[in-house]
Amino acid sequence: MTNANDQYPSSPQAGQSFLRFRAFKMLQTADGKLPLDLSFELNKGSILTIYGNSGAGKTTVLRILAGLTEIGSGHIEVDGEAWRNTDRKINLPARKRSVGLVFQDFALFPHLTVKENLEFALQKGEDRRLVEELIELMELQQLQRSRPANLSGGQQQRVALARAIVRKPRLLLLDEPLSALDDDMRYKLQGYILKVHRQYELTTILVSHYLPEIFRLSDEVICLEKGKIQRMGRPSEIFNGEKISGKFKITGEIIEMIPADIVFIVSVLHANTIVKVIATADDVKDLRAGDKVLVASKAFNPVILKID
Amino acid sequence: MIEWEPLWLSLRLSLVTTAILLLIALPLACWLAYSRMRIKTVVESLVSLPLVLPPSVLGFYLLLAFSPANTFGKFLDHYLGLRFVFSFQGLVLASIVYNLPFMVNPILSGLKSLPPSLKEASSTLGKSGFTTLAKVILPNIRPSLLTGIVLSFAHTIGEFGVVLMIGGNIPGQTRVASLAIYDEIQSMNYAAANQYALILFAFSFTILLIVYLVNHHFSKVNPLP
Repeated sequence: MTNANDQYPSSPQAGQSFLRFRAFKMLQTADGKLPLDLSFELNKGSILTIYGNSGAGKTTVLRILAGLTEIGSGHIEVDGEAWRNTDRKINLPARKRSVGLVFQDFALFPHLTVKENLEFALQKGEDRRLVEELIELMELQQLQRSRPANLSGGQQQRVALARAIVRKPRLLLLDEPLSALDDDMRYKLQGYILKVHRQYELTTILVSHYLPEIFRLSDEVICLEKGKIQRMGRPSEIFNGEKISGKFKITGEIIEMIPADIVFIVSVLHANTIVKVIATADDVKDLRAGDKVLVASKAFNPVILKID
Repeated sequence: MIEWEPLWLSLRLSLVTTAILLLIALPLACWLAYSRMRIKTVVESLVSLPLVLPPSVLGFYLLLAFSPANTFGKFLDHYLGLRFVFSFQGLVLASIVYNLPFMVNPILSGLKSLPPSLKEASSTLGKSGFTTLAKVILPNIRPSLLTGIVLSFAHTIGEFGVVLMIGGNIPGQTRVASLAIYDEIQSMNYAAANQYALILFAFSFTILLIVYLVNHHFSKVNPLP
């Protein structure tokens, strides 16, 4: 099997989509009722990220795909097989849908060891070597006899990912899998996700709202807002407005302004870092320490350094 | 010296009751935990009713229901050859009804404390409801199961009112240890009453102690997320 991207053009064409999804459902949220109403298609082998504020219905979409949450109306078709169709009254139960779902809380079985957790996912008569292979791939050899309670967040995440793949699912669903991890761990686990995605030729949908992650992992992004798709496209197409642009722009608070020769050096606090900006006497005329300012630059030559 | 028969009878009654109760309570607790039907609140209240109802009330109604003088009792007697009044099987039946909350409630609270994602994870991994129950749910509620089993067992040993009402007090058939104590006291035989009482006391205490020790062990070895 060749790379799916070579097989299919980047824009989905009728009759070729691996996944077709259309769902309507009334969600009960803290702010009252919210109609979830969306449809999308996805090519085989691609990674789709669902992006949006909390409460937009991201997790619900994954649960609907997995068959854990019912829909009011709609249809789900994967590789030509109908999983759900409210018109034709088709409803494949969760256990018969070929999905690997990584839950936000990982949902590892606390009474089983890491290896037993993976073996649990084997279907009758399936080769145990797959479990060994995954343990190796996810670098879990040292942990295979441990119970989930004794693992760190990152380790639990790896086990959950490995367990979801044992079944060789047609769809891999990841629900904010890396939200509880620090940056180093995140980066490493993104690598694991890409590795298994390629090795087992999966089609993956993940929920995330962390931009670097979205850019690194996904081919396509769906922006979900209040239950509806706001935008859909490649990450660079989606985040071309406010979030990322050719312009460099930060906002912050002025800490101090020090005169140096004919200019001023203005220190601006942005998040936890202090940015020093050179300004003319004219620029700082109306500024005082404590002011909120926008620092922007249009044509500049940024220096890119690798950080570890 | 006291007779051993009442103690033996109590033990037998408790074992049979607990075994049957477990088979009934497990599906019932699962239904109560996972069903979304409205009627389950009514069933939940009915199950817990023996906790607040005087045993004599329950015994009285069971006596009425199963008396061969009434239609239902006559039907059972005539067509199935079952007589629940003044018999061992009657004691078992009454004990099952009376101990229902002691078995169902611990299991129910165990089920409710399990994160729902465990069950969902099992089904997305392709497992049937039965496999999920046997391999995921039950192993993770072992402390609750043990509590339910032991509470019902110990409570059946100590039962008095219901047993007296529906079983009468027939030696060798329905005269269990708690009734034997009552009999000995009625005939001013305090020494024998004391022996029965002491045995029951020591037995119940030991069982409860073991349960708590084992449960502490479970929660250390195998904590839930």
